Amino acid sequence: MTVPVIVVAQPDWGIRFPERPTAGGELQVLPLPNSVCVPLQQHTGTEAIAVVQPGEHVLTGQPIAAIRDHTLGAKLHAPISGTVTRIQRSAVPGRRESLSIFIESDGRDERWPNYLSRNNPLRLSTRELRQAVIEGGIVGLGGATFPAGVKLNPGSGVDTLILNGAECEPMISCDEALMSNESPLMLLGAQIMLRILEADECIIAIKQGMDASFEAIKQALEKLQDDRFRIALVPPVYPIGGEAQLIQMLTDREMPSGGLPWDCGAICQNVATAAAVARQLTSGEPLISRIVTVTGKGVRNPGNFLARIGTPISELVAAAGGYSEQAAGSLVMGGPMMGIRLPGDSLPVTKACNCIYAPGVDELANKPAEKACIRCGDCATVCPVNLMPQLLLQTLKVSDYERLGQLGLPDCIDCGCCDYVCPSDIPLTRHFIDAKQNLWEISFEKRRAEKAARRISEREKRQKRDTDRREQSFEDQIHAVTDTEAAKQKLAALLQRVNQKADDS
Amino acid sequence: MKLRTAPHWLGNNSIPLMMRRVLLALLPACVCVWLYFGWGFILNLLFLCAACLGIEAVALALRRRDVKTALGDGSALVTAVLIALAMPPLAPWWVSLTAAAFAVGLAKHAYGGLGYNPFNPAMVGYVTVLVAFPQHLSAWPAIGAESQWLSLHQTWQYFLWGAQPGFTADAFSGATPLDSIKMQLGQMRTMSEITGQDNFGWLAGRGWEWINLTAAAGGLWLLRKAVISWHVPASMLATMALLYFAFYAVEPATNPSPVSGLLSGGTMLAAFFIATDPVSGAASNAGRIIFGIGAGLLCFALRRWGAYPDGIAFAILLMNMSVPLIDRFTVPRIYGRRNRP
Repeated sequence: MTVPVIVVAQPDWGIRFPERPTAGGELQVLPLPNSVCVPLQQHTGTEAIAVVQPGEHVLTGQPIAAIRDHTLGAKLHAPISGTVTRIQRSAVPGRRESLSIFIESDGRDERWPNYLSRNNPLRLSTRELRQAVIEGGIVGLGGATFPAGVKLNPGSGVDTLILNGAECEPMISCDEALMSNESPLMLLGAQIMLRILEADECIIAIKQGMDASFEAIKQALEKLQDDRFRIALVPPVYPIGGEAQLIQMLTDREMPSGGLPWDCGAICQNVATAAAVARQLTSGEPLISRIVTVTGKGVRNPGNFLARIGTPISELVAAAGGYSEQAAGSLVMGGPMMGIRLPGDSLPVTKACNCIYAPGVDELANKPAEKACIRCGDCATVCPVNLMPQLLLQTLKVSDYERLGQLGLPDCIDCGCCDYVCPSDIPLTRHFIDAKQNLWEISFEKRRAEKAARRISEREKRQKRDTDRREQSFEDQIHAVTDTEAAKQKLAALLQRVNQKADDS
Repeated sequence: MKLRTAPHWLGNNSIPLMMRRVLLALLPACVCVWLYFGWGFILNLLFLCAACLGIEAVALALRRRDVKTALGDGSALVTAVLIALAMPPLAPWWVSLTAAAFAVGLAKHAYGGLGYNPFNPAMVGYVTVLVAFPQHLSAWPAIGAESQWLSLHQTWQYFLWGAQPGFTADAFSGATPLDSIKMQLGQMRTMSEITGQDNFGWLAGRGWEWINLTAAAGGLWLLRKAVISWHVPASMLATMALLYFAFYAVEPATNPSPVSGLLSGGTMLAAFFIATDPVSGAASNAGRIIFGIGAGLLCFALRRWGAYPDGIAFAILLMNMSVPLIDRFTVPRIYGRRNRP
């Protein structure tokens, strides 16, 4: 069977970066860390609840935190065996501080005995499969960390699964490394996901030029003989690896604005997520490690490393040969376009950590002062969501939040393309992120005010109804007294007596 | 460690780079004008550059802005070159100074400087002097087989003092091709008679055809460098070509051919360098197409029925005026939404 390959055309948005060497497809395993720090909040949703106590001994893969009831979240597992030393608030890369579990390694990396290994996961029911994904604490490993079990929603009408290996940002190559080394596992994960979703097609998206990954996937697919799979070669345009953009390029569908991923019948899962699902359903190993790219001129030997969650980032940097002389003195988690600058290298690797980018001095843009917009429209040309950033900026300056909503401010995906091309050096993305926060707060306030107004008017109505009812019942009581025959007779007798008295006097 | 927000990479696009490219793209047309019209153009160009930069500096200082960065962006120079190319190549200094003052002082800085001007500054400056100094603005040096450059001395004298007894503009000026068409069609001559005259050349007016072709070449280079987008020039030139063709097809005797129409006056300069001014132009691509169509339509109409031989500056300013309206109705559909905002 030949593997169907589609070559995707160039989109009319986005940025083509000049070629830069990546860390490539090779994978190295990072030595076990002496201690780890596992933040309870490293996924989309609410913070997990620790189920271990300080002083407790844990084994590799043992659940250490559970999902809070009735909320969106993900379980956490001990990445190494050892002793829980403390549970306290600690910095999380790219997020607010969160409670974190600190584990001191015993150096044995002893596996939790309750791993449930299976021979043929595809025989399991949809329910069991999905439960296993949730048990494994698996989240989207592309960086968004949305709980995978929730996104793998059976009966949601998804017919197409897109396996995203297109690597959204330049410099990052962790997915390339995964595909080059673990294609069979990844494909099994995709088959499991297809089964959960009851979908009938899977498109594997990789970037043009990822030759090693392409060969690895092709070989694995030829062995697999599954005609539901296709490979799509997407052009190296940023941000084509974004979920909405990839869905658009591969299926010609659009995720509705403000809607859910499955609203257009297609969902995207990162290749590493698929591999994690397969690992959980075969060996029973939950999500306790991930591949991290360490790159940039700021480190001596860039590469891809398989690291346990919670490993200090400094150990990754050390594994990559340490900081070079050219290091700019800053670290970015993620890529150069959307990555977040880290306050230091003592922070732990989280499930979201796809890349540690240590830029060299000449790699970083020195941001010149913001100048007036000249309306050149380059920002609108590159916007993958087809917004008009120049118009948004203009509307932002007059704080017209209602119009900002109409003009699509909430649809902005923070990709940074507009900043990249702006000749006036306007930090558009920064402005938009702040404005989105304001817009959200305004609409939250508005909703709250509306709710309060509704509550007040309901209360007034209720009070009026009560008063009315009371008055009515009072009248009714009077009538009940005055309308009966006996009462009428009594009244008549009374009147008679009164009249008589009057006559007498 | 330094904490800053994404993106951490930035492209190398900048306003000075864009302006430098525009200036470079205008160079061939400038050389062409110089070769056809002589030293007056160079003198006027240099004077306008100095005047625009000077006025910009004063305006920036008065507005308490950073003079050095804003002066260095090159936008004042672009305005100066565009005015120089729109005006007759030889004019007394006060005419040019008025144009520069209205362009940079009023049209640009009174509205808030670069990025805030609703009208193209160069066109405001040009139109001001076109209306205020009609005799100077119609004094185009003749380009004919036997016409010669004025000497440097004569040029300098005219620049300093204007017309002198014994040396008036009539001494060197002649009808431009568009003047000839406008006047002689009124005198019931046919197009073939008019274009047979000395001031017409191979495709259109003598000299003007080359000025337009070099401007177009510069414009195409700007397109290639993505400084401008194709929407405005393409829609504007297509509209004009279509109109010229329609009239020419019906009545070739009294209408210039599309080729001569497109290579006359300031057509190419306007299509590639003035109508494409992002600040005073429409924002979206659809809007830019509408802008181009409107400019082409008005330009043709003003040339054919208007009082001025070339109404392109008015066409641009009228379209500048319509930009807020165009922008209001041409916001593109956003990804994942059904309707346009």
